[in-house]
This record gives sequence, C-alpha cells and structure tokens, in this order.
Amino acid sequence: MQLQTMAAQKLSPAAPPADAAIAIDDVTLRFVTPDGHMMTAIRDFTMTVARGEFACVVGPTGCGKSTTLNLVTGLLRPTTGNVRVMGNPVTDISRDIGFVFQVDALFPWRSVIDNVAAGPLYRGTPKAEAYDKARDWIARVGLARFEKHYPHQLSGGMRKRVALAQTFINQPKILLMDEPFSALDMQTRTAMQDELLGLWSELKSSVVFVTHDLEEAVALADKVYVLTAGPGTVKSVYRIDLPRPRVMADIRYDPKFIEIAKVIWNDLREEVQLGQSRGLQTGH
Amino acid sequence: MTAISPAADKAATRETSIAIAEARARARLRRRHALVIGLRLAILVIFLGLWELGADYNIIDPFFFASPSGIFEQIWSWITEGTSQGPLWLQIYVTLEETFLGFVIGALGGIAAGIILGRNRLLADVFSIYIKIANSVPRVVLGSVFIIALGLGMASKVALAVVMVFFVVFANAFQGVREADRAMIANAQILGASPFQITRTVIIPSAMSWILASLHVSFGFALVGAVVGEFLGAKQGMGLLISTAQGAFNANGVFAAMIILAVMALVVEFIITRFENYVVKWRPAPFNEQGA
Repeated sequence: MQLQTMAAQKLSPAAPPADAAIAIDDVTLRFVTPDGHMMTAIRDFTMTVARGEFACVVGPTGCGKSTTLNLVTGLLRPTTGNVRVMGNPVTDISRDIGFVFQVDALFPWRSVIDNVAAGPLYRGTPKAEAYDKARDWIARVGLARFEKHYPHQLSGGMRKRVALAQTFINQPKILLMDEPFSALDMQTRTAMQDELLGLWSELKSSVVFVTHDLEEAVALADKVYVLTAGPGTVKSVYRIDLPRPRVMADIRYDPKFIEIAKVIWNDLREEVQLGQSRGLQTGH
Repeated sequence: MTAISPAADKAATRETSIAIAEARARARLRRRHALVIGLRLAILVIFLGLWELGADYNIIDPFFFASPSGIFEQIWSWITEGTSQGPLWLQIYVTLEETFLGFVIGALGGIAAGIILGRNRLLADVFSIYIKIANSVPRVVLGSVFIIALGLGMASKVALAVVMVFFVVFANAFQGVREADRAMIANAQILGASPFQITRTVIIPSAMSWILASLHVSFGFALVGAVVGEFLGAKQGMGLLISTAQGAFNANGVFAAMIILAVMALVVEFIITRFENYVVKWRPAPFNEQGA
C-alpha cells in the first residue's frame, strides 16, 4: 500500500467477537437451481457488524450482495457456517430486524399512514397507539401533509421516505438495506442519504447497506466490505474514518473522501471487470 | 459565471393566456363528447330505421327476424297485460334471483378456492389436474344433470349458474394470488405479519383487481346459466319466456326477451363497476374513457 496516512484502513477479516450485532462466520450458501444445477451464491463469507455500526457491502452485479442480507433475516439458511444476530443463532425472522427494499414494497392499497402503521399493527400494538406512532414517524420524514395520500400519488423520493418511516417505526436494532436508493435520481438520493443518516444517528441501529455505488458506500459507512465477483466472498474490508455527522451534498468533494474512494475503487475494479466479462459470456 | 434570471413582469399576461388556452381546450373536449354521443344515437336510429323499413317492404321477413315496432309492441303488451306465464316483473325477478344466488355462491366459492390453492403449492399441484378436467366439461351440459337431480324449481338453475361462475372466478383469484408481489410479501413478513395477516392484508388486496375483473365476465355467465337452465325446464323465468315464444314461432317475443335480458345485464354491470371503483379507489385513475 502506497498510502500510509489514508483514512481507509484495510482490516484483516477475523473471527467475529461474541457481542457483535451481526456475525456471519465462514458461511457458504449453495442451492439447486430449478434446472437441477448446484449454484454457489457465496463462499467462505465472514462479516461482523458491531452494535451501532454502519457497514456497506459493495461488489459487482450478481456477486451475492443481497444474499448476505437474506442470511441475516433468516429467509435463507447457510449450507455451512453460522449466522448470529445479537448473539443468537438465526432461526426465524427476528423482531429486531428492519428491511428496506430496492423495489417499491409499500402496499399500494393503503394510504401513507396505514402503510406506516402496518408494522406496529402486525405486532399487536393497539390501534390508537399505532396510529399515533405512525403520525410521529411520518412527520419525522417530512410527509405530515401526505398522511392520507396513496403511494401512487407520491413521487419516488416520497415513497422511499414512507418506506423508511415504515421500517423505522418498529425501531429495529438491525437495519438491512438492499440498494434502497438506486432507483432515485441523484439529488433525491443525496437527500435520502442525509435523511437515513439522521434517523440512524437517533436510533443507533446496526446497519448493513448493500449498494453497487462505491461513492455511496464510502459516504455512508463506517466499514466497507468489498466482495469478489460471484461466487462472492469478502475480498477486503476498509474502515472509513471520515468524521460524523457527514453532509452528503458536500462529502463527495472532500479530498479525503476522494482519496478513500480511489483506493477502494482500485480494489473493486478488477472484480467489476471480471463480473462483466462473465456476464457477457453467460448472457446475463 | 453570471446567473440569468427570467423577466418576471410577463407573469400577468402569461396567466391570462393560459386561462384562455385552458377554456378553449375544455370547449374542445365538450364538443368531442357531444359528437361521440350524437354519432352513437345516429347509428342506433339508422340501424332501427333500416330494420323497420326492411321489414315493412318484406326485404327482411318479420316472421323470422321480427321488426323493431313488433318487438316494442310485444314488450308493451308484456308490461301492460302480462305474459302467458304471469306478470313480466315476476319473470324478471325469478331469473334475477337465480342469477344472483348463482353468482354470489359461485364467486365466493371461486375466491375461497383460488386463495386456498394459490397459497398452498401442494394442494395446487394435486388439484390442478381435476380442475382442468372439470373445466373442460361443457358446463351447459350439466344443466340436464341438475334438472334431473334438483327438479324444475330454482335449485337447478342456481346450480348451473354456480358452475358457470365458479371456474372463471377461481382461475382469476388463483392467478391473482400467485402474482402477488414477492417483495411486498417479504416486507409484510419482516414488519411482523403472521401468515394469516399476510393473506388478509397483502394477498387478498393484491388479488382483488384480478377477482373484480372476473366478476364482470362471470355475471354474464351466471345469467347464461340461469336462462339456459330455464330453457331446459322451468315453471317461471325469462328463459321459459324465450322458449315459449320460440315454440310459438313468435320472433318478436324472442327478441323482446333478449332485449330485456340485455338491459338487466347492463344495469348489473353498472352496479359492479360502481362497486369496483369503490373497492379499488387506491388505484391510479385509468385513462379517462370518453362518455363511459
């Protein structure tokens, strides 16, 4: 490494400590495709997220980024290795988890307030209390005037705000995000990133944020995991020591930010090229 | 760099010109609407007029193909003097009652079966073959079976309407359940929903537009079931009215009953559309259809 004083500090992957919020320990996941072939989604994957830490996962298309999130929710089970959330093995969908999807996963037949109140209502909170909470969270994401609107009446950015409120209302200790802002335009995305960091700093959740956008990862994260082209495994881990609170609109012009992004990009580039050449061969 | 700001003093004139353009566009829309209605009426008048003239000059034989005036007289006499089977309203009432019962039972059964099989892969795989077989039987033939088994009364007609409706609604409900968005289901699951809550709050609402689409078609089928059932053997109803008219070579009577049935179907279609708009008011407004 030519840069000795850089803010991106390369870490060596180690066995996760016991008190980590999320500990994925040496996990391999294989599955049989519908036409009968064995596919390896991720192999020898180790990842630790401390309590209150913001971790980003970047990697080329199809390297198993989203798979890591589904291991944490319990929707997928590892073939070998184990996954622990808040110290406990993952058996079922944990109440501590919140998930923000890449696609629009709001319920289009429910108004904004009914969407946001869904979580508490599913979990048995009395109606009045659930709606009070929902009103509070809608106000926090700046949509107080839109409580009675239906999702199709809102812009993409506003729908994402609703999705954030819908997730945060359950006050998840673990927050999983699967390229949540990738469908938004640049300006809206920046605003949403600020919104997310604001909510996160209040709630102190542990976050795993999957993205293909390296700059987004560096801007948001405490720690960036770079994955190899599929089957994915951790290529390297970087600690990002940019001071908080960060302002998304400005941080991309910070020389330190640029320096870090360059270093990680050098690491990521060959994987991206590898992934793309493979994609061209298989036609994906 | 110099920032360029557009002149603001033009704002007032711009507003008035916008108002004028809007008024013109609205007037154009109104004229088009009037034109569509006018053309529709014109086509109806020309069609009936040619038919009537053709019948008068014996180009179209009114004995076989009736005539508008004959049909009108027939309906009028049914209204004022009643039919050979009793008052007209009673015939309409009987047929509607059979249709409604068949429609409601068939639709509810179809929805329930569609949701249960849509949510359970094993059941769906096991039963799909039987449903295909049952669906390939021409259902009108079952009418004879029902008449034998259930007699000439209302039950046989209702049963026929039920089987006419059931498969259409079932197929749509099943498809709707299968098409429910996976991300939405996962979202509900992670937000804390139980399987039953997922069915109630995600699966059923997302299948609803499929189900409602099938209700439009299947009401027509229920009516067919009831009328065909009456054809095959009945003591009351519009189907019997048609078959009596047919037996007496009364073409006017057949057409008159047909028109009454069409009006009944249109009225109910209107009610179903109203219901649909109420249930799925969350949906973005569809492309605004002229005059509909």
